[in-house]
Amino acid sequence: MANNTSNSQGGGVHARRIVSYIVLILISFLCLFWFYVLFINSTRSNSELSAGFTPFPSVHLIENWTNLKNGTLPIVSGMINSLLIAVLTATLATYFSTMTAYAIHAYDFKLKKFMFTFILMIMMIPTQVTVLGFLQLIDKMHLDNSAIPLIIPAIASPAVFFYMKQYMDSTLPLSLIEAARIDGSGEFRTFNQIVVPLMKPAIAVQAIFSFVGSWNNYFTPALVLHDDTKKTLPILIAQLRNADWLKFDMGQVYIMIAFSIFPVIIVYLILSRYIVGGVTLGGVKG
Amino acid sequence: MNKKSKVVRYNKWGYIFLIPFTVIFLIFQLIPLVSTIYNSFFENYRSGLTQIGPNFVGLANYATIITNGDLPMYFKNTMIMWVLGFIPQIILSLLLGAWFTDPSLRLKGQTFFKTVIYLPNLIMASAFAMLFFTLFADSGPINSLLIQLGVFKEAFSFMDHAASVRGLVATMNCLMWFGNTTILLMAGMLGIDPSLFEAAQVDGATANQIFYKITLPLLRPILVFVMITSLIGGLQMFDVPQILTNGTGNPMRSSMTLIMYLNKHLYSKNFGLAGALSVFMFVITAILSLIVYKFTNVQEQK
Amino acid sequence: MKKRLVSLLAMATMTATMFAGCGSSETASTEEAAAPASTEEIDAEAAAVELPEDTGKVLNIYCWNDEWQTRVKDFYPGYEEVDATHGKIGDVEVVWNITPSTDNAYQNNLDEALIAQPDAAADDKVDLFLVEADYALKYVDEDVTIPLSDLGITSDVLSDQYSYTQSIVTDSTGRIKGSSWQACSAGLIYNREAAKEVLGTDDPAEVQAAVADWDKYNETAKKVADAGYTMCSVNDTYRTYANNVSGQWVQDGKLVIDPNVDKWVDDSMALIEAGAEDTDDLWSDDWAKGKRPEGKVFCYFGPAWFFNFCLDADQDGTIANQGGWGYCEGPQSYYWGGTWVCAATGTDNANLVKDIIVTMTTDKGVLKDIATTYADCVNSKEVLAELASSDEGNLDLLGGQNPYEQLAAGAETVDLSNLSKYDQGCTEEFQKAMKNYFTGNATKDEALDMFKTAVHEKYPDVSVD
Repeated sequence: MANNTSNSQGGGVHARRIVSYIVLILISFLCLFWFYVLFINSTRSNSELSAGFTPFPSVHLIENWTNLKNGTLPIVSGMINSLLIAVLTATLATYFSTMTAYAIHAYDFKLKKFMFTFILMIMMIPTQVTVLGFLQLIDKMHLDNSAIPLIIPAIASPAVFFYMKQYMDSTLPLSLIEAARIDGSGEFRTFNQIVVPLMKPAIAVQAIFSFVGSWNNYFTPALVLHDDTKKTLPILIAQLRNADWLKFDMGQVYIMIAFSIFPVIIVYLILSRYIVGGVTLGGVKG
Repeated sequence: MNKKSKVVRYNKWGYIFLIPFTVIFLIFQLIPLVSTIYNSFFENYRSGLTQIGPNFVGLANYATIITNGDLPMYFKNTMIMWVLGFIPQIILSLLLGAWFTDPSLRLKGQTFFKTVIYLPNLIMASAFAMLFFTLFADSGPINSLLIQLGVFKEAFSFMDHAASVRGLVATMNCLMWFGNTTILLMAGMLGIDPSLFEAAQVDGATANQIFYKITLPLLRPILVFVMITSLIGGLQMFDVPQILTNGTGNPMRSSMTLIMYLNKHLYSKNFGLAGALSVFMFVITAILSLIVYKFTNVQEQK
Repeated sequence: MKKRLVSLLAMATMTATMFAGCGSSETASTEEAAAPASTEEIDAEAAAVELPEDTGKVLNIYCWNDEWQTRVKDFYPGYEEVDATHGKIGDVEVVWNITPSTDNAYQNNLDEALIAQPDAAADDKVDLFLVEADYALKYVDEDVTIPLSDLGITSDVLSDQYSYTQSIVTDSTGRIKGSSWQACSAGLIYNREAAKEVLGTDDPAEVQAAVADWDKYNETAKKVADAGYTMCSVNDTYRTYANNVSGQWVQDGKLVIDPNVDKWVDDSMALIEAGAEDTDDLWSDDWAKGKRPEGKVFCYFGPAWFFNFCLDADQDGTIANQGGWGYCEGPQSYYWGGTWVCAATGTDNANLVKDIIVTMTTDKGVLKDIATTYADCVNSKEVLAELASSDEGNLDLLGGQNPYEQLAAGAETVDLSNLSKYDQGCTEEFQKAMKNYFTGNATKDEALDMFKTAVHEKYPDVSVD
């Protein structure tokens, strides 16, 4: 690693700064490059795309968009469905995981250790494994073809819980909760008004991850949602890639991918303020 | 006495706060899970539209998996691709995290860099794989670049060699997830009291010493989280190699992961074999996670 | 009228018990061994059919994209569009259940619906669904589909169709259980420039003579390689070999590798070693490079839709744009693509279902319209003959050649009697496994073992030893 090159302050810092800039610029290029290629490809027609990659944009951007818009796929309702599911998933996952983590972190009860280990065990079950049982279940509950089975299970998100728990271990002292109790704050109020705000950076991080995870999820939604008007964007993209020969158009596929990435970027930029803006935990440390 | 009863009174809230998780878990995860394990003792699949079984077969499905001997190979593939991607990923993340939090470095444009690193994760794995295909095709830009530079005499078929396919999978995973890890670590780093860094600097500690003596130990809980979730995520690796190799794991299944193998059995709705495989996977994951957890905890006690 | 209703109901119950009570794999396959009925017997049955009155208010159609939906929308009389997935025919609401075929999602979804069919509410029952040839028999050989004769459709209604399109959807009792509006016979599409350079001529008849059987084809391929061209990808020729097998993939519950498929492996390997063919996957960028002269590819294998939609004639610099392709039948006749319409057992709209199938897949007016509007190669001998004899059939991208005569001739000779319900899985897995052999990552035996493993995973009831 580069950071062991500096033995003294001064000249060493200068060298390290240069190294880090070079690395950061290289990495940024690698990260942004894909968006550039997506943009280039969404400006090209199907036959231009099949001729291979070029680094320069073409002129079919508007045409691809019009084709997509005038096609049979309900992209607007797809966008709304995706947004609704992803926002609710992220909200439920972060709020209730914080609550669960708080239960384990702040209280002492008989089943505490058992619950913690138990939730960690759950985390190890791959989703693909239980999906068939899951489908049978929602069929029996008559929740097939509905967004509910895609949203509600987020309340039990072991990985989010685990992160919240670890974050609390390193940043949330129990003395603060004691202080709140002495001030006469109820347990539920303490959680909502003191703990949740303190967990903001962790919540923002997990909100982004849950949102993106839900937004890009294809596997389960494709098995649950059947009506075109209920489908999310990744399913519609798969449907577009499956179009018959007369309509098969990679230009449309690429512009649809670009279209579906747009809202995630916005949500990310909004939430990333909490992560990159240097939010410090003044409340805890003060 | 009085104090204890008060504590007990508070502690019932521990149970109350666990209710939502527990209820939802019981309904949406435990029932499917139990049916998965239950199914592993039955012969139960579909051939075309014909349902075969369920017939109780005891441990026959487990025996089948052990005797056909493919499981170790898929486990090995999964671990190789995970390690290949995870090592650069964690090094990069720690490095970036250290740079971003190092007060003596005073990097400019931090907000930009911090924002950019997570962006690849926003692209769907399938779209990402499509782009990789185009770039690494025999007649694609990477090949023509390498030929122009004189690295290769003729086009190198990236998809026909075990090493390059695994390498591409690892690269994609690393690119997609290093930002995620960095964000996790940074959030952990931000949780560290800044006065600790200042005090260390006043005492004349080098950046190196600050990183190893302050940042790393305080970061341990988050690092453990990153390690375990990455490991679990790695064992569940599916979409990237699935899409990149079109579900084949070729050449000769050298990039077929455990979940890709599991997915093969879902085609015939083979609940029996798939259930038994899941139990195996669960055991493997649990053992490995335990090792990581124990290993990191022992270090803490030193 | 009542009698027929009873028998439709009985069939639905039978399906239900079959799914519930099937203990082992043997029972399923032996039950179907009844001797095929003759056309006369089936016609007699069809003539006697009186369909029950339609009681359904909803017509559910299952498909994987909107191709057929647009055909129905444009050409079925009385169809009104409501929105992208809903329509109306008279008082009946038409619901299009579209599930993409990616990851087998379409079939998974359809399977669940068909299995639940006997207990489904009237408005949820599947009425019509679409299938592709590779897996058609999975549905045709079960009671989930209604024989066309049970809908009262006699053989003379279907007489203008190509027989291969019927044999794909004929069950083991000889009854036809689906119908298609397309006939996708295919051949060899060659690069005229390359043909002149290598063979000294670009005349379709003379090129055909140079590729008339596999021996001649292989010889020509080597000449092509010497001239600096690639013949095509081994994946291009696979369908041609696989359409001309002498037996099914699975015989008596055992996997059998047909000599003609085995020949594909050996011929292909020889050509790869000679540098005459490559292993590019269909639709990949590398495979597509031959659409341009600088790609140096001698030919593609494909049907009519391939001309219009896969050769990029609208693009400057492609061979198609300069009218530089030619078409001939190739070494063996085969087909590629096409969609079949099946009626689902338990439908409560039998009359409407019958009328849709008859109108959309046999009405010559409709088929002619489809052919001229969408350039589909339609399933009608008459319409194709018309196109073959008129200038309407001359294609610019083939340098003015009219391929319909060859296409029609090819459709006559396609023989698909050896199709089985295992074709989709076996075809896919065979090509994937053999690629390991072609690229030098495995010996032929290792690759064959890989194929057997994969087949056993997909079809646990098939013995592969």
